[in-house]
Amino acid sequence: MAAVEIPRDEQAFLEYVQAGGQVETTDWLPEDYRRKLIKFIEMHGNSELMGVLPEREWILRAPTLQRKLALTAKVQDEVGHAQLIYRVVEDLGKPREQCLADLVDGKAKFHNVFHYPTKTWGDVGVIAWLVDAAAIISQKALLKCSYAPYARIMKKICWEESFHILHGRDVILALVTGTPEQFELVQEAVNRWWGPLMQFHGNPIPKEEDPMFQWRIKSQGNEEARQQFLEGYVPQILELGLTVPDPKLRRGDDGVWQYSEPDWDELMHVVTGHGPQTEERLALRRRFLEQEQWVRDIVLVA
Amino acid sequence: MNELLLALADDELVVGWRDSEWTGIAPVLEEDVAFSSIAQNEIGHARAVYELLTDDADALAFDRALDEYRCAPFVELRLLDWAHAIARRWLYEVADEIRIAGLMQDGDPKVAGLAAKINREEAYHRIHAEMWRDLLGETPQFRAAVEELWPYALGMLPVEQREALAARVGRAQVDAVERATHTDELAELWNEMTIVRRSAPAGAQW
Amino acid sequence: MIWEIFRQERKGQPFEHAGSVNAPDAEFAEAWAREQYGRRGESVALWLAPREEIRVVDDWADEFELKYRRVDGYSIKARLKEARERAAARAR
Repeated sequence: MAAVEIPRDEQAFLEYVQAGGQVETTDWLPEDYRRKLIKFIEMHGNSELMGVLPEREWILRAPTLQRKLALTAKVQDEVGHAQLIYRVVEDLGKPREQCLADLVDGKAKFHNVFHYPTKTWGDVGVIAWLVDAAAIISQKALLKCSYAPYARIMKKICWEESFHILHGRDVILALVTGTPEQFELVQEAVNRWWGPLMQFHGNPIPKEEDPMFQWRIKSQGNEEARQQFLEGYVPQILELGLTVPDPKLRRGDDGVWQYSEPDWDELMHVVTGHGPQTEERLALRRRFLEQEQWVRDIVLVA
Repeated sequence: MNELLLALADDELVVGWRDSEWTGIAPVLEEDVAFSSIAQNEIGHARAVYELLTDDADALAFDRALDEYRCAPFVELRLLDWAHAIARRWLYEVADEIRIAGLMQDGDPKVAGLAAKINREEAYHRIHAEMWRDLLGETPQFRAAVEELWPYALGMLPVEQREALAARVGRAQVDAVERATHTDELAELWNEMTIVRRSAPAGAQW
Repeated sequence: MIWEIFRQERKGQPFEHAGSVNAPDAEFAEAWAREQYGRRGESVALWLAPREEIRVVDDWADEFELKYRRVDGYSIKARLKEARERAAARAR
């Protein structure tokens, strides 16, 4: 059969991907598509790598051997995801070393939630249960990405996330059925993480105005993702006797969730590198990258 | 026998805890993933040995007083630079292989059986350690690290096993840092390791 | 050096491309591939090859569209319908 010819003009390419067509690394890509793709995927890789830092402190403090093993395995998966993602970016033309340099120099972004501190074991549960859930919704939508190499790694990523969700739920359930103090740990963490969670999927630009959707890099609009999160997880939160710190949060008769306007200024402020933990975490990354540059120089010489 | 097993378990717990400190910050992402598996395996070994000694492995792992732990100073050291971390990995595996070989001959079939299981898993650890030693072995950083850690590595094994270790590592024996006293680093580690656990009454679920 | 990794999920399944690692030699490539594609028991076997050893073929000539040798080169619906109708008529 004659090979599918990827059209070499931007309009035809747009029609091709909007009709569900996928492209590979060696296909012709419009410049705008390539640039936006690299930026999007790089931000994902950065997020996986930075997401490790708030969680790894708690590996060292895990209160049972089982929790320690599970949390180590979860964080290990996230590092593994970063590896998969940066390889995709590298094959698109931007080397990993450059991505890491841009990250620690504050020139590249990562998701808002990873700029915030973790304060208690309650955060460990809430991150694995709710923050990961928000991320997984976006990740499932990426399974249909028009750029096939990225869509393919998303399959492995989504598969690995399945135990993360269970682990998160298990941690939360142990706490909410434990002592009153342990229940409070969860409630307090939910209160603190709610704001960033509501901002996570980004402000609700209509799909038609979102270039990431136009290029079918994302197959879901921001608001659609947030609604999916609320629909799936608010009932889970409420059924445990926990409350959500938003008096306006309710599900309308039409099935659409209403909520207080998230703080979009906070989101912009945080993702441009001004989150409470941004500097400290980037400094940690920078410190270890510099300290072990000599190792990479030997490992990557071949 | 209990003392020997407890020492093995405590060594594996603490070295696994130390190795897990690299999760997320190892020099190469692929290695980060591999190193984390090794750390998990070590903690898994600790748990399996504790379970030979008690019904409540968590209590044994976390709830003892500092001076009741039987780990060697070698594993207590906080080594947050790669040359030292990988040098310890290598020395630890060589020493542990000698120790485990002894336990595989144990009269108690449960002990011998568990030692054989651990030994099979450690085969991959040894390959990994040798791989890094081949790559970094001649670097000044690695050589300096081995030099510094050698007395500690010797102290990990009972006196009668140290000649074998020296032969395999290719170094002459020196005065060993014995198991007798714990380092300050263990206290720091124990504090962090138990901070969440101690925040709830004994027997609380997590 | 980039090493491509192919994984087999279960015995009898085909080996599928799973990803790649940047490793200095075969030993490192193997150790790292084992971890990325086997630590959760998701593969029973792996094949590894340096990327530069893999020959890519992705262009084809089919100028004369020789459809006789492909399934889509045959359209039997209409003729089958007629053959069945004729057989039914003969049977009456």
